[in-house]
Amino acid sequence: MEAKREDGRSATQMRPLSCTRSILNRAHGSASFSQGETKILAAVYGPKAGTKKNENPEKACIEVIWKPKSGQIGKVEKEYEMILKRTLQNICILNVHPNTTTSIIIQVVNDDGSLLPCAINAACSALVDAGIPLKYLAVAISCCLSEDEYCVLDPNKLEERNMKALVYLVFRNSILSVLDEESVEVGESIENGIITSVTHGVMSVNNYFQCLEQGRAAIKPLSDFLRKKLRSKVQNDVSVAG
Amino acid sequence: MEVDAFRRLFPLRFHERHLLESIRPDGRPLGRARDTTIALGAVASANGSALAKIGCTTMLAAVKLEVMTPKAESPDEGCIVIDFHMPPICSPLVRPGRPAEAAPVITKQLTDIILSSGMIDLKELSLVSGKAAWMAYLDIYCLDADGALFDAALLSAVAAFSHLQIPVVSLNDNGRIVLLSEENSGAMWEKEPVNKEKRKLKLDTLPFSLTCVLHKNYILADPSAEEESIMETYLTVVLDSSMQLVSLNKPGGPGLAQTSAIQDCVALTIQRVKELQKILNEAISDMEVD
Repeated sequence: MEAKREDGRSATQMRPLSCTRSILNRAHGSASFSQGETKILAAVYGPKAGTKKNENPEKACIEVIWKPKSGQIGKVEKEYEMILKRTLQNICILNVHPNTTTSIIIQVVNDDGSLLPCAINAACSALVDAGIPLKYLAVAISCCLSEDEYCVLDPNKLEERNMKALVYLVFRNSILSVLDEESVEVGESIENGIITSVTHGVMSVNNYFQCLEQGRAAIKPLSDFLRKKLRSKVQNDVSVAG
Repeated sequence: MEVDAFRRLFPLRFHERHLLESIRPDGRPLGRARDTTIALGAVASANGSALAKIGCTTMLAAVKLEVMTPKAESPDEGCIVIDFHMPPICSPLVRPGRPAEAAPVITKQLTDIILSSGMIDLKELSLVSGKAAWMAYLDIYCLDADGALFDAALLSAVAAFSHLQIPVVSLNDNGRIVLLSEENSGAMWEKEPVNKEKRKLKLDTLPFSLTCVLHKNYILADPSAEEESIMETYLTVVLDSSMQLVSLNKPGGPGLAQTSAIQDCVALTIQRVKELQKILNEAISDMEVD
């Protein structure tokens, strides 16, 4: 059975993605990321000397500042800041620049659902643009569970509101293998663990794992997209230098 | 080297050495939560209150009811406002004058879970449709922060709501709501109370939670503050009494959670929910005997 969606997408189809790097002049790294109508602008400053209070000076410290589209920062934004900070701590190699602080500023340009996943994707692209050492890319996705327990990817705001439950998941990017398809199947035991999981609404435990599988299946196209967008600049630079 | 010195200098190795022996520094096996107690009615001036302790982590929760005019879009619904406070008394990391970073995040998560779990039907809080409804202020104070703050906060919140006594009110001649105090109730009875039947809030499925620290292949249930600060990856599972998943929250952290680890955490939470339900039921029945 196929769930009907307002905008005519299939259940596992994402909205059109776009990602632009280095759009801010003064920032050390910046990126804008949009999923359909949701758009986030991320800027990275740093690493700057010194860490904040209560942080471990033997590691690099990450600071996230969330700017809503309008109005004051509230509890929701505080929670987003905390989740983003801890997610980025996972992907950054923190030992390279000990006793430094890297600031990531997230500016919401437009919110049409899946805001946090879009912000995570934007922040990750901005970190790549700033040349901060990363272990891997974070790939964030949101999943909705409809009343008849059908799983839908990348919901917009209207769908988020009408759904029974909502799951935000962050994985690391899928590995680009030089091996051909068949040998990859053998190596599939290297399972992709989740970096972050946030849920809203009541669902059964099985439904959660169903969303997990759906999300996991969607990370390959998303990480291919990110890889393509983030690699292009390096190649351009080489051609200019050559 | 002395054990205390080793613990301070190499905290991670100290803990990993314990984990190898499947035990934790405080003598617990990996999957066991700390001793949990609930005392209902800790605040006399509140309509409902509870003091919950998980190990050393202590939370004081109190519910106060006020009469308000319901919003036009939901005329027969009350309202719940939740606030979680971390005063400087609770931990050396909280400085006076500067609010703790964790407090608004826990407030937001508690609000999400209490409202989305369907524990409280907001229609139950209605007094006169479109005219008056209860506004419930739930304030939770953290008195001692020794890890698993969210678990203790949710437990104290659930306990405070199950202890909640709704005061008797009536409509006066001007159509306003007045409280009927206990002493002169005999004289006032002819005013006929609006909510004679509804003295206790009907609670549906109660949410309970368990936080687990993930470190390598080990899963440590109900971490202390020391364990949380050393092994920074944690995962909180919230299940309701019918074992439906209310929330599964893993906010980043250095480690990844594999599907099998999540399943193990859910299994540990199922056990814990039964345990907590028993503790809460005992606290309620003790209260009724008194």
